[in-house]
Amino acid sequence: MRRFAALVQALDETTKTNAKVSALTRYFQEAPDADKLWTIALLSHRRPRRTIKTSLMREWAAELADIPLWLFEESYHIVGDLAEAIALVLPKPQQNSDQPLSFWIDLIMSWRSKDDISKKEEIISAWSQLGHRERFVFNKIITGGFRLGVSQKLMTRALARSIDGDEAVLAHRLMGNWTPDSITFHQLVLEENPQDQLSRPYPFHLAYAVETPPEELGDPSAWQAERKWDGIRGQLIKREDNIYVWSRGEELITDRFPEFQFLLSNLPNGTVVDGEILPYKDNQPMGFQDLQTRIGRKNVTKKILETTPVVLVAYDLLEKEGMDIRHHPISLRRQWLEDIVAKANSAHLLLSEIVAFSDWKTLATEREQSRTYRSEGIMLKRLDSAYQVGRKKGGWWKWKIDPLVIDAVMIYAQQGHGRRANLFTDYTFAVWRGDDLVPFAKAYSGLTDKEFQEITTFVRKNTLDRFGPVRSVKPHLVFEIAFEGIRHSKRHKSGIALRFPRMSRWRKDKHPKEANALDDLMAMLALYGD
Amino acid sequence: MALVEFRKEGFYVPAADVFIDPWRRVKTAIVTHGHSDHSRWGMSQYICSTLSEPIIRHRLGKINLTSYDYGKEWKIKGVKFTLFPAGHIVGSAQVRIEHKGEIWVISGDYKVEDDGISGTFEPVKCHTFVSECTFGLPVYTWLEQEDVFRDINQWWAANRENKVTSILTGYSLGKAQRLLAGLNPEIGPIYTHGAIETMTEIIRSLDVPLPPTKYITDDIDKKAMEGSLVLAPPSATGSSWMKRFGQVSIAAASGWMQVRGTRRRRSVDRGFVLSDHADWQGLNQAIKATGAERVYVTHGYTHVFSKWLSSQGYDAGIVETEFGEEEHPDKKTTEGS
Ligand SMILES: [Zn+2]
Ligand SMILES: [Zn+2]
Repeated sequence: MRRFAALVQALDETTKTNAKVSALTRYFQEAPDADKLWTIALLSHRRPRRTIKTSLMREWAAELADIPLWLFEESYHIVGDLAEAIALVLPKPQQNSDQPLSFWIDLIMSWRSKDDISKKEEIISAWSQLGHRERFVFNKIITGGFRLGVSQKLMTRALARSIDGDEAVLAHRLMGNWTPDSITFHQLVLEENPQDQLSRPYPFHLAYAVETPPEELGDPSAWQAERKWDGIRGQLIKREDNIYVWSRGEELITDRFPEFQFLLSNLPNGTVVDGEILPYKDNQPMGFQDLQTRIGRKNVTKKILETTPVVLVAYDLLEKEGMDIRHHPISLRRQWLEDIVAKANSAHLLLSEIVAFSDWKTLATEREQSRTYRSEGIMLKRLDSAYQVGRKKGGWWKWKIDPLVIDAVMIYAQQGHGRRANLFTDYTFAVWRGDDLVPFAKAYSGLTDKEFQEITTFVRKNTLDRFGPVRSVKPHLVFEIAFEGIRHSKRHKSGIALRFPRMSRWRKDKHPKEANALDDLMAMLALYGD
Repeated sequence: MALVEFRKEGFYVPAADVFIDPWRRVKTAIVTHGHSDHSRWGMSQYICSTLSEPIIRHRLGKINLTSYDYGKEWKIKGVKFTLFPAGHIVGSAQVRIEHKGEIWVISGDYKVEDDGISGTFEPVKCHTFVSECTFGLPVYTWLEQEDVFRDINQWWAANRENKVTSILTGYSLGKAQRLLAGLNPEIGPIYTHGAIETMTEIIRSLDVPLPPTKYITDDIDKKAMEGSLVLAPPSATGSSWMKRFGQVSIAAASGWMQVRGTRRRRSVDRGFVLSDHADWQGLNQAIKATGAERVYVTHGYTHVFSKWLSSQGYDAGIVETEFGEEEHPDKKTTEGS
């Protein structure tokens, strides 16, 4: 565990990519296989399932630290991370164990079949044997949410270096449905197992937002434009008479979308389609909210299949007749894709339509129409571009529509967590209804640390009232709130709910009276509401 | 009439017509220590500890100032005042106020661990204690300073081996000299930023033994600085002043470095947890040692800490002040600890 905790610290202490990769490479060269396997798992969001209630961990930590539970909770709120808060309040350890990472994970997993009394005894014994850093890592494995600033891509690069292997091959091997208890390091990283390959998707190719006016991308005829959809990016795989569906988050979601089983007889074996899963009815996409409601349900009932049916809008073809075709230009892949979609002839598999344009101005006009299509903007793909691994610049760009904006008055403020503990960063905003201010959105991002600092000083001096951690403040500061969508909501006092609200600008130039009114939001709802 | 009142100008002793660490202009001010949020400009008359005098004179220029040794009692209009060491920075003092049998102590900023240069915190018996609680949460428990300095010296030695210059940041008054006292000068030469050099000279004049330092001038030999240690104020990180060094590793030394989120946000290469304020245990120990029944808290996590003190049987309250939260990464003050 000391080696792994030292790795975590080394990754934590640098923002430089090269330093991170070399720390990881060194670790992969030195650690025992079982630890390496778990490290790969943890860095690719495959932590062991939770075997202990966090509420019990809090209680036991407070008990061991000899402080009341409320004081522990306050500390946790300010630290912002449960694993760290526990590690910090516990008394100094009595010993320093040198058991490896896999030993502690085995212990954590063994709790699945144990009662609370044994769990308590074992966790307390673990805490008293682990140094401060090791304790933090141990708690983090239990609670989850490890953010080490290491993407799957960097981890794969370091692993490839440590075994002198090929990064792309390894990236493919690490995808899919493996778990550390059903595979060894050797099987996962070093062996090629054809059986495993069956369900495996390809790493997704992601696009950056355009940085310059699209005119600077040059000749329009070198580009293909499509609409950018707001659903679940996914890959649909058919191999050896099985259908698999993967999300971009590398989750196997086949069971969530039984409608794709209809494609079993319509697609040839050895086909992988990249596309967007969209709720779709009466020849048009439904709102993203509908999809979320569907995903939120535990069972996919007949009723859900009727009220919120989904389709796959196909963007790209990655595998054809069992061959990886990602290196071919998209112009060619697109022809093959059109062919496959036409032959499938299914209501569940649609083609992402090409938006025709001969000059950038036409495309800009198309982009402005996006909201009427319920689309997020335009995707641009250079006709000679290959399908690459991860987020890459150059070949693909996303050109999203500008967000909707409204000027609002801040009326409540709350302190942030973790990185921003001690600063008031979470605000509630209101718009006018006559002389009243009606709250309609919360936001906590979009400003610089310096601005948050300035606002914190304002909040401290202008607090009108306190409700627990929330302070009501003098309605004086005006912010421009940007958001991606608007819909009706019965749960909200204002009657509306926004999608992804954030502060786009601090309007120091505006008097609170100049903020927008609820009527303005209602007008937006009528125009753009889901 | 209470012995001490909390006024908009600061802590006020009406019987003596004296303020302690006021943040607005008043006639007479007793100043606990030289940090800028406690010793402000514009008072007609200043009173401080003998060791604070040169620091405060340097900071505030031509002022009317009287100083007293620790433990020496003096009277103003019949009210007795005495200063006691607070262990926070050189010259820092707690103020004991006694009148008609009632005793108050105002702590200023303090730490209970003896750092070897800032004097030893002395618990003073009183009825009412006004305590800072910058780090008044149980997550703030400091490691032994020997361990922290071992880490710092190891970090420097490893950097020197790789021909990397170590930039260590800490506030120019207090933290910088404490770091200096803990550095191992055998590893290599120690250089200082101008703001730190000036303060260090003043502290040296008070017979505090500190290793030799070289002040970084514009015409300094850059080659000779490779692998050295540079002491700089936090405000220097990211400034053009930093551009003169080649390969560097930047570290911050502060109590706030205890929490991972704060450490990451500072985007330094290393964060060393070293504070000139009392930790959780230190605060509790200091408050208990005063024997006070009533405790007022200032600075930091006042709400949580006063609630905790109430649960421990104290008559506890909060005083809102305009002191800065020194050391805090979100505050852009150049002084503090
Ligand atoms: Zn101070
Ligand atoms: Zn202070």
